[in-house]
Amino acid sequence: MTGQTQTLPAQRREGATSKRPDRTRLAAAVAPYLQVAPLTLTFAVFLLVPIATIIVVSFWDYDSIRVIPDFMLLNYEELLTSPVTWQIYLNTLKYAALTWALTLGIGFTVAYFLAFHVRSLTWQITLFMICTIPFWTSNIIRMISWIPFLGRNGLLNSTLLAMGVIDQPLEFLLFSDFSVVLAFVHLYVLFMVVPIFNSMMRIDRALVEAAVDAGATGWQVLTNVVIPLSKPGIAIGSIFVVTLVMGDFITVRLMSGGQSASVGLMMANQISLLQYPAAAANAVVLLLVVLIMVALMLRVVDIRKEL
Amino acid sequence: MAKPRRGREPRPLGFYLLAGFFGLFVLFLYGPIATIVILSFQGPNGGLTFPMNGVSTHWFHNLFEQQAVGDFGGALTRSLTLGLIVMVVTVLFSVAAGLGFRHRFRGSGVVFYIAVASLIVPSILVSLGIGLMFNIVGFEPNWNSSALGAHLTWTLPFGLLIMFAIFNRFDRAYEEAARDLGATPWQTIRFVVLPIIAPSVIGIALFGFTLSYDEFARTLMTAGSFNTLPLEIYGMTTNVTTPVLYALGTLTTALSFLVILGALGAVLLVQRRRARQGSDAGGGV
Repeated sequence: MTGQTQTLPAQRREGATSKRPDRTRLAAAVAPYLQVAPLTLTFAVFLLVPIATIIVVSFWDYDSIRVIPDFMLLNYEELLTSPVTWQIYLNTLKYAALTWALTLGIGFTVAYFLAFHVRSLTWQITLFMICTIPFWTSNIIRMISWIPFLGRNGLLNSTLLAMGVIDQPLEFLLFSDFSVVLAFVHLYVLFMVVPIFNSMMRIDRALVEAAVDAGATGWQVLTNVVIPLSKPGIAIGSIFVVTLVMGDFITVRLMSGGQSASVGLMMANQISLLQYPAAAANAVVLLLVVLIMVALMLRVVDIRKEL
Repeated sequence: MAKPRRGREPRPLGFYLLAGFFGLFVLFLYGPIATIVILSFQGPNGGLTFPMNGVSTHWFHNLFEQQAVGDFGGALTRSLTLGLIVMVVTVLFSVAAGLGFRHRFRGSGVVFYIAVASLIVPSILVSLGIGLMFNIVGFEPNWNSSALGAHLTWTLPFGLLIMFAIFNRFDRAYEEAARDLGATPWQTIRFVVLPIIAPSVIGIALFGFTLSYDEFARTLMTAGSFNTLPLEIYGMTTNVTTPVLYALGTLTTALSFLVILGALGAVLLVQRRRARQGSDAGGGV
């Protein structure tokens, strides 16, 4: 803010012409706009206009080969009056809730271990890196890597059979809600670990010591100091996990073996059938649902303050 | 695990429980990938599951023969090229925007919330929107136009947020010192700000590349007639039933590792150079 204007006196001293400071001041005022312009333009062209397009197209008509500009509410009517839609939304919310609860539990525990129980910074960084490396590889590859593990003749079933724990292969392991949620947790748990770890690392250790000195047990420190101060991280992680699961279609398709549906999958199917206006109406509803969920989570924390 | 050093208090029981949990977590992360890496070296007659039927590199050769598999080489080239373009654009745009956001300007709040919105709008929605927009305007969607834009809506918010994190910890005294010494604004950025933030900028580049390289949903409606690698892999999961799929998984995973190692190496190099050159302060002429 003040950075650019502070240059002015120095330049005057150099004996610049009287025009120079004006031009510098003007440049200083314009510079931030120019610097932010490329990013803003990209978002305008590839985010705002496309979303506007979706909203417009959701009111259009279509037949089996093309979309027809029109204004009608039929797409929404068909979508919202179909019991299938409600069932699919419910199913998607179920996936989101389960994945959220599991990633939160695992993510919090892992972050807590790294932040409060690992003492040296080098070890913290090393263990943290070990957690992040798998997330740099392809999501689809990470998904299919569960198949030889969970399948009927997979590693887990063979091991359990050999150990005599079960008599016949467990069928629910693959192509089920179980495998879908498992894959979601595997894919997205890091989105929970990183922000929570980040919040925890900022907690002043003196607060923990003060609590202990005041006679708090480990559990009381956790619930009265650590959890409240980790809230921003928990909120950011939750927003990531929930929005990623709500829009997902590929995990649901691959890991449920076509047995289950989600909102994203419903949209993807409509797209592949060229029913763009129907998909667009669906997209608008999905966007609203996601925005409402995020708005609720943002009531807990102001993320701009946390950066 | 970090060994308790002499003179420190002993670890409580909770530490060992949590360490065990952490170990299981790491196993959970790496186990499945290890499985497919092992299975990709299946013998020529081996199937998709254990037991191993001999050990060979048959499926890796098979991958490059491109009969049933499709245009794997072309898809890989396109994905790598697109990833590199996205990387460069992401770095340029987000560093510029990061510099801009250090000054108060009208509309900064709006731009910030648009960037956050870009993160939480479901990918398939962005894909559908851009696809429809190109359709209506009459442009042919292509991996280097519409898909590039779609990927940027995913990488730029991350780049911008990382820039915020950098500049929140940035010591402005360095810039003021440069200015007092008579540096122009551009010289200040070029010789003071950029070198200081360089390691984090490498981080943005790495994010940009890998996010684009892996992006599937945002590419679905925007890639046009040529597949990128994730689309190709996805196509393979639905119609290929041989370990060639695992060979592909192993290969792309190995490639990602190379990229990470390269980036880490670059960061270390920057830091070492800085350690060497930084000491000349006060050395005199």
